Amino acid sequence: MSPMSERRLPPVTEIGMTSLALIVAGGIYLSAHLPHHVPLTPAIVLLAASALLLAGNLAALARVQGFAWSRFFDIARWALLAYVIIAGMIEYAFLRDHITGGVLVVLTLSLVVFAVHVPVLIGFTVARFYEPDELTTAQG
Amino acid sequence: MASTTIPTGVSAPGSAPPAAIERPDFQIVPRKGLILVAVVLILLIAAIAANELWPLAFFHFVGGAAWTIIDLFLGFVLGPIMGKLSIPARVEFTTRLMPKMVLIMPTVVTATLAAGWQLSTHLGTNLTANPLHGWTVASYIVVGIMAVIALGLLEPANVAVLVELKKPRPNPEVIERLMKRFIYTAGATGLMQIATLVIMAKLTVG
Repeated sequence: MSPMSERRLPPVTEIGMTSLALIVAGGIYLSAHLPHHVPLTPAIVLLAASALLLAGNLAALARVQGFAWSRFFDIARWALLAYVIIAGMIEYAFLRDHITGGVLVVLTLSLVVFAVHVPVLIGFTVARFYEPDELTTAQG
Repeated sequence: MASTTIPTGVSAPGSAPPAAIERPDFQIVPRKGLILVAVVLILLIAAIAANELWPLAFFHFVGGAAWTIIDLFLGFVLGPIMGKLSIPARVEFTTRLMPKMVLIMPTVVTATLAAGWQLSTHLGTNLTANPLHGWTVASYIVVGIMAVIALGLLEPANVAVLVELKKPRPNPEVIERLMKRFIYTAGATGLMQIATLVIMAKLTVG
């Protein structure tokens, strides 16, 4: 096993999955009440908690010494492109279904968390098995 | 086709060096496959924009069937077989399977869910007034759990195993660990797909 994988790392995957679960729960809460308007507070609380976990995850990861950041960004930027496209398609569906106002804002911000957090998880899972200087010798 | 050698393990001091495994060269994301993915996504957007019943049903049924079958087949047929293969065979199989999975699974899942939501809107099953609305919400919950597992565990493992295989000296232990994670999570989501099938059967017959 690579030494990097043996090193103690923050629980990025676990926190990331919890964050995703929170925005999924918010989405289910809103979509389960269509076409009625429901109080946005529960969805906002879930979104805020999810965003806080994303920020915490990024902060915890930033403090890791000797992490293969170049490999992380190399993977995460392409994943980000893919998930921005996916999020854009979902946003298109929201707009096409005439979702407006506070619900649209909550769902759009949820998509932002989704489109950022999934690439972070992919980049982390790849980079944890790399040594910081390993990228220079790796193939594309 | 170019190839890379992978060490099979650590040799004991004084013994012969470990045998190396040949693995074929590959693209992490097969470029030619992206064309097919683009075609599917364009047709999906057209189906949603047209809001016609049959193309929506086609994408939802075909995508859903493919998603279920692939998950169950990976988790309960290919997974146990892979576990019994020799390391070289496992590496070669992984090298040929996983680049395809990088394209197939996100496309199939996107088509299933996007067409499914629009189909639900078209049929009115996502409205609270619908008598089967509770079943629809149950499907949201099952799909939501599957999505979190797929996005948090399955997809990162898929990409990570491919990047590991691309290294000049890939680590077989890392590949095995990531493949186990991939196969187990595919099996878990496959089991949850059975719940989805029960829900969808109920939604279909009313």
